[in-house]
Amino acid sequence: MMTEHTLLHTPLHDLHLELGAKMVPFAGYELPVQFPAGIKAEHLHTRSKAGLFDVSHMGQVSVSGDDAAAALEKVVPMDVVDLPPQRQRYALFTNDTGGILDDLMITRREEDFLLVVNAACKSSDLAYLESAIGSMCRIAPLDDRALLALQGPAAVAVASRLAPGIASMKFMDAGACDLDGAQCFVSRSGYTGEDGVEISVPADAAAALARALLEFDEVMPIGLGARDSLRLEAGLCLYGHDIDTTTTPVEARLSWSIQKVRRRGGERAGGFPGAAVILDQLEAGAARARVGIRALGRAPVREGAELVDDSGTAVGVVTSGGFGPSVDAPVAMGYVDAAHARTGTRILARVRNREIAVEVTSPVFVEQRYAR
Amino acid sequence: MSTIKFTEDHEWIRTEDNNEGLVGITDYAQEQLGELVYIELPEEGAEITQGEDCAVVESVKAAGDVRSPVSGTVVAVNESLADSPETTNEDPMGEGWLYRIRLSDESELDSLMDEADYRAYLNSLE
Repeated sequence: MMTEHTLLHTPLHDLHLELGAKMVPFAGYELPVQFPAGIKAEHLHTRSKAGLFDVSHMGQVSVSGDDAAAALEKVVPMDVVDLPPQRQRYALFTNDTGGILDDLMITRREEDFLLVVNAACKSSDLAYLESAIGSMCRIAPLDDRALLALQGPAAVAVASRLAPGIASMKFMDAGACDLDGAQCFVSRSGYTGEDGVEISVPADAAAALARALLEFDEVMPIGLGARDSLRLEAGLCLYGHDIDTTTTPVEARLSWSIQKVRRRGGERAGGFPGAAVILDQLEAGAARARVGIRALGRAPVREGAELVDDSGTAVGVVTSGGFGPSVDAPVAMGYVDAAHARTGTRILARVRNREIAVEVTSPVFVEQRYAR
Repeated sequence: MSTIKFTEDHEWIRTEDNNEGLVGITDYAQEQLGELVYIELPEEGAEITQGEDCAVVESVKAAGDVRSPVSGTVVAVNESLADSPETTNEDPMGEGWLYRIRLSDESELDSLMDEADYRAYLNSLE
């Protein structure tokens, strides 16, 4: 068992305590689950103004060398080779059976690729990368960097006050810039469905930058609780819940993260773990699909709830669920068999001792407001 | 005269001379859960036993079971919580009550904590 003494701290730990955060263990770190405003207020604030998230627990990894792009294509189905400089894409580490080992962001920088991976997976990801492609490229964890996310409709305006160049970036653009005297690397992306930026900042400058951002009236600190409800409303997957080694990219409806050049008939088709399974499913379809689950009443349908048809036959399971403060209703996502995956299909969710009516829908419950 | 008693699971029951009691969750419980978004109440007329899960209080993030402090028959539920579950955050020991129960065995109250005991119990959780 992990004891509290072994929990890691991010460079913002003291600031969180100072702001009155309720701290919880998460992926080996002690992190704020909420601040005094509370999850609902933090969630709504992020959708209306700007929320500041400490995501320093996530893994930042540099992959460099002449063959780095080709090497990365051996572990992800993404088109890495054609990724333009200063652009970011969503990627998946797949396994031999077509399952997902982790999901990540890959950015092509001047000298290397920057990978941002999930906290809970970072040590296994590093070991895997080292063994799979370590002979082709240099793999270096960037343990001296913290990661902040500023999300919401006012996020870019706020960040631009510190670095005017940020305003002209488009969704998934990235670049180095000076923020509050610190040499940062900024991408216009995030995990809330809102416009915003993620800022890789030297660990020793992170707290000062966070304080500088919190000085602006629009900015409120946001904990893990609202981070989860925001991403859930936006239909974004949480690794270990909505995707894992038993779900394929096609089942998870993440096929858009496999560019044409990596598909059958493409110039560099396949060549990633599980390609046979995944490319087959891309053509023939999968037996189940990730969908949104909209409860027709007010009772939240949560992770683990079984989904059944009118006759009580199991048709799927909920993988994430809760209450969406912005839609002011329960929101959930999960997997259903292909026959029940069409939007508008009425099924039942087993919640405690009863069955409640739910409708299959898009997992995106709020309008995504990316600056495309 | 009314008497209020508490459980280790942070429910309260306020009993009157008429052998009925109002049941709710304590301020500590609502604080732990955060803003409530949905409350599932027992059916009127339901027979429940002491310690049975008979209601659910849900926040954005979590669902908490409410265990009945005593056995008996549910004679009323707080219907207003369907539209405004936040009442239980704002006034957990008053307007935010959950249900009214007719006790089947008043001696069960002896197994519960009084206010002083509950305060001491809360301090022991710090």
